[in-house]
Amino acid sequence: MEAAMGLMRRMPPKHTETSLSALLSLLPQHSSDLLSQVDQPLQVLCDMEYGKEFILCEYNRDADSYRSPWSNKYHPPLEDGSLPSLELRKLEVEANDIFAIYRDQYYEGGISSVYMWEDDNEDGSKTGQGRRGYLQEGAWDAIHVIEVGPEEEGTAHYRLTSTVMLSLTTDNESSGTFSLSGSIRRQMNMHLSTEEGHLCNMGRMIEEMESKLRNSLDQVYFGKTKEMVCTLRPPSEVVMRLPDS
Amino acid sequence: MADEEEAELSEKQKKEIAKWFLLNSPPGEIQFVAKDVKAVINDEVLYEEAASEAFPLYNKSHLISIEMPGRIGDVIITSYGELGETEFIDPRTAQVAVVNHTKQASVFIFLLIYESDDASDNGKECSFCNLNFRKMVCTEVRPALDEELPSAYVEEFRYALDAEILKYVGEAYPKGVCSVYCGNGKDVEGPGFDFELVVVISAARHSPQNFCNGSWRSVWSIEFKDEIQMLELKGKLQVGAHYFEEGNVQLDAKHECKDTTIFQSSEDSAIAISNIIRQHETEYITSLEVQNAPISLASYSNLPDTTFKDLRRKLPVTRTLFPWQNTLQFSLTRDITKELGIGNKRVVAVSRCVMNLSMRRTLRSLYL
Repeated sequence: MEAAMGLMRRMPPKHTETSLSALLSLLPQHSSDLLSQVDQPLQVLCDMEYGKEFILCEYNRDADSYRSPWSNKYHPPLEDGSLPSLELRKLEVEANDIFAIYRDQYYEGGISSVYMWEDDNEDGSKTGQGRRGYLQEGAWDAIHVIEVGPEEEGTAHYRLTSTVMLSLTTDNESSGTFSLSGSIRRQMNMHLSTEEGHLCNMGRMIEEMESKLRNSLDQVYFGKTKEMVCTLRPPSEVVMRLPDS
Repeated sequence: MADEEEAELSEKQKKEIAKWFLLNSPPGEIQFVAKDVKAVINDEVLYEEAASEAFPLYNKSHLISIEMPGRIGDVIITSYGELGETEFIDPRTAQVAVVNHTKQASVFIFLLIYESDDASDNGKECSFCNLNFRKMVCTEVRPALDEELPSAYVEEFRYALDAEILKYVGEAYPKGVCSVYCGNGKDVEGPGFDFELVVVISAARHSPQNFCNGSWRSVWSIEFKDEIQMLELKGKLQVGAHYFEEGNVQLDAKHECKDTTIFQSSEDSAIAISNIIRQHETEYITSLEVQNAPISLASYSNLPDTTFKDLRRKLPVTRTLFPWQNTLQFSLTRDITKELGIGNKRVVAVSRCVMNLSMRRTLRSLYL
């Protein structure tokens, strides 16, 4: 399992799906671990009833069906698929609407879905996801999983695990093919007052985290690969001889 | 269960999977990938088979350079210099490097094999010793045979070009290696026939301590067309980089270009060719690096600014953080619009207006 995760850290992120399916076939005994620990590029399905698309992930999957956050129904239909409680469903509906606006403002398009479920230890969990395809082939997939601890004296503990998977590919006559892809994952813990409601707290955490991830992808990660290319073949013709070692 | 049906992968499938992982290793990381593949495959024999097939392919496609004994220089592992499975020619020194693709880098094993000097049972020795790090090493060199070298006529062009390319690579690449091979027509004895030279440039930088590895590879083939007295150049450039501190970001860029020049004396041709290569490679790196590059639509420097912004903005369209405290109003808006039977798109638009108003109010109250 450790070796499998090691491989996932080295394989090109654009080949994540291939790598994962290869590992799944080699290690069927670890399939549930692999599926929960490796984030895959997101897939979407259309909820015909509402005419809206929703995101497929581990969190809305039951057997081979996925629950739509819009109609609360499984696609393809599944009898006695697990559903959130009424109260949680109400929050989920609200969260989906709010995150749709959030996503629209940050991504100017894309698809978002929020799923909520109860953990065995009665904790509420949720996931919000934003995504947008653009360019010849470019995608930003974000997965946020928040675990909310039980409320105590007006505060609750939130643990956010976020993954952003980004891929940019361009292909044109003059500059050839160019593909840059990456995935990063971060965690954030916070203890917040529930005065303004869970959604408000979770929203702020996700917003902060997304901005952080965006900045680190932009500056650190892309900056580093760019720097690497520069050390290999400096763009200027300045003579840069390294001392012979 | 699907798991049970798929549980029995054939040995061939397993081997193919192992090879796929090995061949997709980022620059300079095949050893680490190999270690994990070995653990995942959990079958020594299968792993050895996969590794023995994948390592040579990986080394050749990555244009690995390895040191030849006796400090005579490096030899590039490429199909252009491949004489046999374990022999690669270095045209500059006219030496043939005898290498072993799947030999362990461990000194202990290296000596063992060196002493036994028998390539046939390396596999056994490798599997006997449970070290994971394998690296290709050059165990010996021999002078190239006459029939392995180009004719004196072709060699004159190759030699002149090698000198120019060596100069260019020394200037442009902090740590580059290069070699000029004869691709076709090495037995051409004089004017009247076509031949082809191939320039291979490889630069790699591995700094795992900085969580970054990268490689630059370029292969230029130059066809000397005798009849039309022209040289036709075709270049294939490939750049890869992997950054893996708390994440996995990979760059993979390829570029192909063409050019022509006139057939001149060996020295003049060499200068013309190296100038063309210099120009194209500089243009390409510029298109990857520098802003407002002449040929770049899809370049690096444009990425963070344009394409990135297209995917996710730094700030919302409103240019302020999302007003989560006003989220209750969204729900209200939703209920109203639902009653009015307005479509979903409108809901978003309406909500945004509401938010802008309330935000303005908040801002005003802050200022007053």
